[in-house]
Amino acid sequence: MISVVLWAVACLLALAPVGIVLSARPRGSFMLYGACLVLTATLCITAVLHLLDPAHPVLRTTLPVGLPWLGAHFRLDALSAFFLVVINLGGAAASLFALGYGRHEEQPGRVLPFYPAYLAGMSVVVLANDAFSFLVAWEFMSLTSWALVVSHHRDAENIRAGYVYLLMASFGTLALLLAFGALASGPGYDFDAIRASHPSAALSSLVVILVLLGTGSKAGLVPLHAWLPLAHPAAPSHVSGLMSGVMTKVAVYGFVRIVFDLLPEPEWWWSMVVLLAGGPTATLGVLYALMQRDIKRVLAYSTIENIGIIFTGLGLALAFKAQGLDWVAALAFTAALLHVFNHALFKSLLFFGAGAVLESTGVRDMEKLGGLIHRMPKTAFAMLVGCVAISALPPFNGFVSEWLMFQAILLSPQLPSWGLKLIVPAIGGLLALAAAFAAACFVKLYGISFLGRPRSDVAASAHETDRFSLAAMFSLAALCLLAGILPGLFIDALAPVSKAMVGNVMPHQTGLEWLSVVPIAESRSSYNGLLVFVFAALCGTAAASAIHRLASDRLRRAPAWDCGYPDADPAIQYSASSFSQPIRRVFGSLVFAAREIGEMPPPSSPRPARLTVEMRDLIWDGLYGPIAIAIGFATIRINVLQFLTIRSYLTLVFVALIVLLLVVSL
Amino acid sequence: MSSLQFDIAHLLAGSLVLASFMMLYQDRLYSLLNVYALHASVLALSVAWQAYVQAAPHLYVTALIALVFKAIIIPVALHRIIKRLGIHREIENVIGIGLTMMAGIGLVALSMVVMLRVTPGADALAREDLAFALSVVLLGLLIMVTRRNAVSQVVGFMSLENGLVLAATGAKGMPLVVEISVAFSVLIAFIVIGIFLFRIRERFDSVDVQALDRFRGERR
Repeated sequence: MISVVLWAVACLLALAPVGIVLSARPRGSFMLYGACLVLTATLCITAVLHLLDPAHPVLRTTLPVGLPWLGAHFRLDALSAFFLVVINLGGAAASLFALGYGRHEEQPGRVLPFYPAYLAGMSVVVLANDAFSFLVAWEFMSLTSWALVVSHHRDAENIRAGYVYLLMASFGTLALLLAFGALASGPGYDFDAIRASHPSAALSSLVVILVLLGTGSKAGLVPLHAWLPLAHPAAPSHVSGLMSGVMTKVAVYGFVRIVFDLLPEPEWWWSMVVLLAGGPTATLGVLYALMQRDIKRVLAYSTIENIGIIFTGLGLALAFKAQGLDWVAALAFTAALLHVFNHALFKSLLFFGAGAVLESTGVRDMEKLGGLIHRMPKTAFAMLVGCVAISALPPFNGFVSEWLMFQAILLSPQLPSWGLKLIVPAIGGLLALAAAFAAACFVKLYGISFLGRPRSDVAASAHETDRFSLAAMFSLAALCLLAGILPGLFIDALAPVSKAMVGNVMPHQTGLEWLSVVPIAESRSSYNGLLVFVFAALCGTAAASAIHRLASDRLRRAPAWDCGYPDADPAIQYSASSFSQPIRRVFGSLVFAAREIGEMPPPSSPRPARLTVEMRDLIWDGLYGPIAIAIGFATIRINVLQFLTIRSYLTLVFVALIVLLLVVSL
Repeated sequence: MSSLQFDIAHLLAGSLVLASFMMLYQDRLYSLLNVYALHASVLALSVAWQAYVQAAPHLYVTALIALVFKAIIIPVALHRIIKRLGIHREIENVIGIGLTMMAGIGLVALSMVVMLRVTPGADALAREDLAFALSVVLLGLLIMVTRRNAVSQVVGFMSLENGLVLAATGAKGMPLVVEISVAFSVLIAFIVIGIFLFRIRERFDSVDVQALDRFRGERR
């Protein structure tokens, strides 16, 4: 089975040079995305079969590439299989979407060669079983995604986004490189050897911090998130969906693989670090998202929020595992992984919808959209499903994973450590706040873009997108609903992963009556998505039919409520900024140093009044700014070395040699 | 290996270090070249002795290359260059002779400590040889660092290369190909540097590299 997987990955890699040839042909992008769709679907199905295999085999293989005495080790176990499913489900959906969307690409030569290579890189990361292959695949993934980010290179903003992304990606890889260096100092680079070794507590703790930095910078943990909202929206929309929905999950995989699998039993304080990174990430991410007007940037910031939720789940799992409560750890871990899967589904869906809107209208600014539900009804419906799912409303899938997460948080009084007893409920409060903000954020996104009246001509003349894009969005929406009403199937599929990583599993779900979900025991709490769905569907149908039957059937068209103005302009509607103004007033001054400057002309002047809002990113100002200044200062000082005389260079070499020899001899 | 053979090898390698020390304090170019010729001859002797001791006839070829190229052709050529450049009367102010000698002694001590510490497994001849070779290399570098004249820097570089050859022949089983390639690379470096010397001379009327620095105007 692992050979099928590796062959499919190799075919994806081989497609990259083919992409150069195909990009010059009129039907080339269709053929390339079609091939990607077939290959990713194959990978996805193979991984699902492996995950559902009752024997849960661990397959290994070694290829004679890479370091000469090491080779490239690959391993397919439950964890890799789960993440392969996430990656390739997202990849298949993106390829299906791109069958239609990719036709509008102006320079296909800048996207087509990198796209299959990027998909292959992500798959190899989760298959790698030695540090060298892992890092090479990780860097390959970063570089190909960077190439996709700067594919529309004429835009100066994209180039800047690519630059920041490249810097942060290098930083992350450096942290991971150091982490693996520390881990592999005794046993070598093979993961199996690292797993069997017993690093000291201090070394393991160092590795955890480095891995949190390395994977956190790729996943977008605050304060390492600065690149994410720049880079993700800059790429073509199907790639944005992949970067947000899938690549951040590869980073989560890296964290889980190293911290839960390769390292020995966790120390008690690791979980605190992870929780303190995850909780604020969730709240801050969604607060940023609420302040944005750019539809793709809202989605990128919302990714940061979801990454915060996932890391909170992983932190909880670490906390419970360190205290020996592995049945709760299994609950938190499963919730985190389920959220990984769910977020990949609905974030891809939402980015595809944003891509369809962008392709149809040419704008990403919400203040120029509006009324799209009439012009793009099918896209609007799929987007509605995505918005409801990401807002964690039942009966969709987002609710299930967040609900399971809160069930684990509610069990925190069982933790013996007082520090965790105090921190975990506080983090729970942050998550609840984030969930409420997320709902507000997506009400805003959907309401401003799709409802109301068009705010610009391009929005008024929008058209429905093509059938491939719609097929991709509707299949993802269907999966969102399926995972929402039958979560037991998905939880049971995750059992082998949880068994391997935290040593215990959640109770078996599929045998329960009425397809309920029971996190611990039926006496405590249970949830039945199917019931909620049937109830909501029945109520909705009954209400609709009652209205249609009982209300007057005379059709009457009249002007909408017009605030007393007879000739209402679309500009007097709620705007994106005005919708989020209350939240900005409450939290903005604290988090963004937001200031509102109202300028009223004197009574005699005909000038219009102006209201300006200033917001600063405090993390950017407080953390990145000083670092950039320090680096600039240091480089100017070091630059002197560029202009020395020949003899000074000789002397430098000589002194360096002497110092090194002294180090050897002393 | 008899103790006499070992002692003679030791003596020759030690003489090479001694010749390096002699080069350190020569402040006239002609005498520097003469000492360099002596340096290369001692190297040739030492390599020939190694060839005899190790019963490795190809090392005789190396010794011959050292004798012909380094002890005869290169010094003669440099003599002529110096004469054509008209700098044979120049006196080079070496940074205080005492200080340089002290530094040289320190370097020899350092290379002894390093080599004896990192090669406990090798046989005695190779160890001594490597220690002396490292001293010669470091002294060559020191000559390059302390000199201002481009010709003396070239000489320092070639004495450094002699140290490399000594190290290569001291270790058993070094193929001739390596030595020939090293010798030829030095020859080419010599030619290139010689051509550059004339170009520098044409442009600046001096082969003092400080003139170059002044011209660049970048002495920060």
